[in-house]
Amino acid sequence: MSLLSVFVKYRDLINQLVMRDIKTKYRRSILGLLWTVLNPLLMMTVLSIVFSYFFQRYGDVDNFPVYLLCGQVIFNFFNESTSIAMGSIVHSGELIKKVYVPKYLFPITKVMSSGVNLLASMIALVIVMVVTRSRVTPTVLLAVLPLLYVLLFSTGVSLFLSAVAVSFRDLMHLYSVLTTAWMYLTPVIYPMSILEEAPRWVVFIINANPLTAFIKVFRAVVLDGVTPPAILHVQSLVWCAIALIVGSLVFKKSQDSFILKI
Amino acid sequence: MKIENAIEVNNVSMCFNLSRQKVDNIKEYVIKALKRQLFYEEFWALQDVSFEVRKGDSVGLVGMNGSGKSTMLKIIAGVLKPTKGSVETTGTIAPMIELGAGFDHDLTARENIFLNGALIGYPKEMLEERFDEIISFAGLERFVDVPIKNFSSGMLARLGFSIATIVDADILIIDEILSVGDYQFQNKCKKRIREMMDRNTTVLFVSHSIEQVKEICNRAIWIDKGHIRMMGEAEEVCDAYEDPNEKLM
Repeated sequence: MSLLSVFVKYRDLINQLVMRDIKTKYRRSILGLLWTVLNPLLMMTVLSIVFSYFFQRYGDVDNFPVYLLCGQVIFNFFNESTSIAMGSIVHSGELIKKVYVPKYLFPITKVMSSGVNLLASMIALVIVMVVTRSRVTPTVLLAVLPLLYVLLFSTGVSLFLSAVAVSFRDLMHLYSVLTTAWMYLTPVIYPMSILEEAPRWVVFIINANPLTAFIKVFRAVVLDGVTPPAILHVQSLVWCAIALIVGSLVFKKSQDSFILKI
Repeated sequence: MKIENAIEVNNVSMCFNLSRQKVDNIKEYVIKALKRQLFYEEFWALQDVSFEVRKGDSVGLVGMNGSGKSTMLKIIAGVLKPTKGSVETTGTIAPMIELGAGFDHDLTARENIFLNGALIGYPKEMLEERFDEIISFAGLERFVDVPIKNFSSGMLARLGFSIATIVDADILIIDEILSVGDYQFQNKCKKRIREMMDRNTTVLFVSHSIEQVKEICNRAIWIDKGHIRMMGEAEEVCDAYEDPNEKLM
């Protein structure tokens, strides 16, 4: 069955699984869904107060709150979706033993429900842009592209992680350490100019980092109002392709043995 | 596949690797790999099992704990791939998703009906249309908007049964579910299963209650240590299974 027909056939299920995640996440909180907007907004306020003080002397970031939030939105989506999707197969064990559903729906719906949070945090970004009177240019329409890149990349990584987590549960604990390191190797809170003093290998890693490419594209179109250089798009697409290919191959190869291990 | 058959099981064998302990973390894996201790012990849960189930039949699977009944059901439901052999089925399969498996405990009964229904593969419109019917069969009218973590196990079983049997699937798989719920509900379930059978639904039934198997099924298969020991009329097979002399052998 082709991927598309699976999605059509299971659209109700996909719908239900995504809705379930969103409903249970905000159940019993008074502000409910509003938290998806409030959360990034509050985080951004704290971070921008702290870090605009630290990075004052670099002075090359015009609008630090927007700069910060652009990076945060992308990185947090990646972090959240992959971390949750990682345990999706393990936690759906009881279900997988009982009824046949394409197993990749579990990690993919987790990425989709994080995608809903991503859209909500875009509202936070718009609010901050309005409040800080950020200059808006037509290039902002291109913001769809970097969001699409990070979505595809996260999907590939999630497929990979959810499959290997079945055999190696410790990875779930290790992964939060990895994402912390990953965050520091991504220019989310610091301006790129800070790297002039950094060792060369660090700069190399930061530039090779797929998330750096997505964030650079995103900031170029949202904050700077310029079309990003083609090389950044190429770099982004190559990373997406690698993640999706490796992710689906590993998932496909190991999916029949999931039921024996969960 | 023959037209009158609902399920055909051809020479199915299922082998599990029993590592002495389940290695599911990296440290252990690396240590064992280095020490070359990653040996697996093979365990054949089913060996060369073949049978056919005709449309409209209701077949009881009987056997001791660990004889391979549930493995057989999982292979038929398509969640487990057999090591050897093949299984062919016609039409839709409604598995009775056991307590908790298809439910999210933080959601209400209403929300769970749509979640669980979608997992079995029922379209949303149909669930909306027959929503009241599902609730009234389960007898949960007063608890529609209560999170199911507050439900008793009997209430969950009723809800699960009610969702799975709301439409006539071609094949209905029931694994030990009737052991929960009071006698009143058990009778209601049996009645509904019989109605479905009258409308040509094929039923696969696993239970340790021989009485129930005799009552519901017209045919039975006795599985013993992964082999088919006997198959035929439900009464006959059940009597043989229960025969104390037989067990001593």
